[in-house]
Amino acid sequence: MKSVSLVALLLTAAWPAALFAQDLGAPVGDDGPVETTAPDASQVKEEEGISFTVTDESAWSDIGIAIPAFATDRERATPANEGGTGALGREIARVITANLRNNGLFKPVGPDSLPQPAFPQITAPAYGTWSGKGAEMLVHGYVRARDDGKLVVGCYLYDVALQDQLVREGWVVGPADWRRAAHKCSDLIFSRLTGESPFFDSRIAYIAETGPKDRRVKRLAVMDSDGANHRFLTLGSATALTPRYSPDYSKILYLSYVDGNPRIYVYDIGTGKQTLVTENRNPTIAPRWSPDGKAILYSMAVAGNTDIYRVPATGGQSVRLTNNPGIDVGGSFSPDGRKIVFESDRSGSQQCYVMDADGSNQKRISFAGGRCATPEWSPRGDQIAFTRIAGDFNVAVMSTSGGNLRVLTKGWQDEAPTWAPNGRIIQFFRTEKNTGRSGIWQVDLTGQNERRLPTPVDASDPAWGPIRP
Amino acid sequence: MNTKLATILLLASATGLGACSKKAPEVLPPPPEDNSGSNAIQPGPQVQPTGTVVGTQDHFAAAVGSSTTIYFDTDRYNVDSQDAAALQAQAQYFARYPQITFTIQGHADERGTREYNIALGEKRATSAKNFLVSLGVNPARIAVVSYGKETPVALGSDEASWARNRRAASVIIN
Repeated sequence: MKSVSLVALLLTAAWPAALFAQDLGAPVGDDGPVETTAPDASQVKEEEGISFTVTDESAWSDIGIAIPAFATDRERATPANEGGTGALGREIARVITANLRNNGLFKPVGPDSLPQPAFPQITAPAYGTWSGKGAEMLVHGYVRARDDGKLVVGCYLYDVALQDQLVREGWVVGPADWRRAAHKCSDLIFSRLTGESPFFDSRIAYIAETGPKDRRVKRLAVMDSDGANHRFLTLGSATALTPRYSPDYSKILYLSYVDGNPRIYVYDIGTGKQTLVTENRNPTIAPRWSPDGKAILYSMAVAGNTDIYRVPATGGQSVRLTNNPGIDVGGSFSPDGRKIVFESDRSGSQQCYVMDADGSNQKRISFAGGRCATPEWSPRGDQIAFTRIAGDFNVAVMSTSGGNLRVLTKGWQDEAPTWAPNGRIIQFFRTEKNTGRSGIWQVDLTGQNERRLPTPVDASDPAWGPIRP
Repeated sequence: MNTKLATILLLASATGLGACSKKAPEVLPPPPEDNSGSNAIQPGPQVQPTGTVVGTQDHFAAAVGSSTTIYFDTDRYNVDSQDAAALQAQAQYFARYPQITFTIQGHADERGTREYNIALGEKRATSAKNFLVSLGVNPARIAVVSYGKETPVALGSDEASWARNRRAASVIIN
């Protein structure tokens, strides 16, 4: 064991490139965009008769949104579900129910407590049945397996009292992407009912952590916004930290100690190829994308002092944005790409500053007491989330000029906020005192709806990507 | 974890545990684990190490004792008088063995954000390096790496543990 370690040490020093392959898991395929289609349930011949099976009458009493199982025009086998398209329809309704429930705004009731509508009812709901049970909103949908193996998923939202269809949409997905149809449907419902932008059909990059506190294994991992489709991207032989999805999901920026030093790599998800963000012997940390994906911010220590730099995502000349004897680190672009919020301890402690994208006009914005770290500009542009250090570490938001500070969490160490694509929810990681164990949590902007995300092992450094193409 | 990191840190923690800095905890830490093989020796007062091979961490630790590691105040990276004494002991050792190259590993306690702490550890390690260079050690012999708060030696979430984790540890490479 010991000799193996020493051999690895020598290899690391001599052939860092060779080790990339050793630390990488299998490349992740690019799923590509989801095709939107007009929901067309009329193609299929109608069936006679309605048979409801009520499995749990008691769960009916408090329905906000009823989400019964999606119907299928015809039972067919599909790689998406061993039970066929009918079972898949039930599973899709379950995913939508969990999405809406975990968001905290709705009281959805899912397919396991509801009768199963027949296929013709998807476009002609039995309103009387649902209003009699107190449902205000009704979600219907169907699954149809095409001959080419792809799935057509239709999604309909009805207002039960008005007996009116509010919105409908359909998608064509490969069997492996069936959950994306469920997320698209969740987004459709969420957006129609709240007027907010969608966020469910998105992914999260993060760091999976295992092992004791002084020998933590830290691996790059990715998952859907609800924790499904989880994958480890690195094997854990080198410590990985602080990932960031590119806006088009084709790449991940992250920090790795694979050559023994902290350096930022650009990881191409499709090919598995990794390149240094900048050819430089100095340590590079804190990678960030510009909103258009064309530029990368990184922080680099030269002779011990860390400043913020910008480099084209395709490589080339780096531009130094800060030049200060204090630690300047991180950075997050405004959605229009014109400004950057970053942290600096030039005043004596970590505080948040805003500068123009070329580094000019650097101004401190945090004066509310405590320290301001890891600022992240909201995708809506109106707020900045950050780690507020005032005794404990908490996630807070403030206006882009530093006003209206609101502390959203109460953990001992809540750190590194990341915004949902619609700017309504913030994820962060919470570390336990003494054990050092960590998990990803999310909180909405009211601070009221807080929950832990399910991850297979401990988790940190969540980075929420945009809505998927 | 990086096996290189693991190996080095095991060695570093074995020696670092004997530290008795003013910022180190009042309570004695547990005895060092024997990670270095059957012929590991305890850090002692002897100036001339015996029984270990030049170019190993054991040899270095036997020669300078707890001075392999220096400690910092919260959010600080300056070398104070006690750190200076430890670094002088290191400089004497490196002057005596000019073939040795080494890495200074900078660390921070857990009560800081992750990225900031990597930058802070880099500053601490660089402070130690600059001080050694001022004492005549060739900078080409010194590598610097920061682990931020990722690899603590003391596992508690208390002031005493944090004091032991805010450190710059010199680790022999060859």
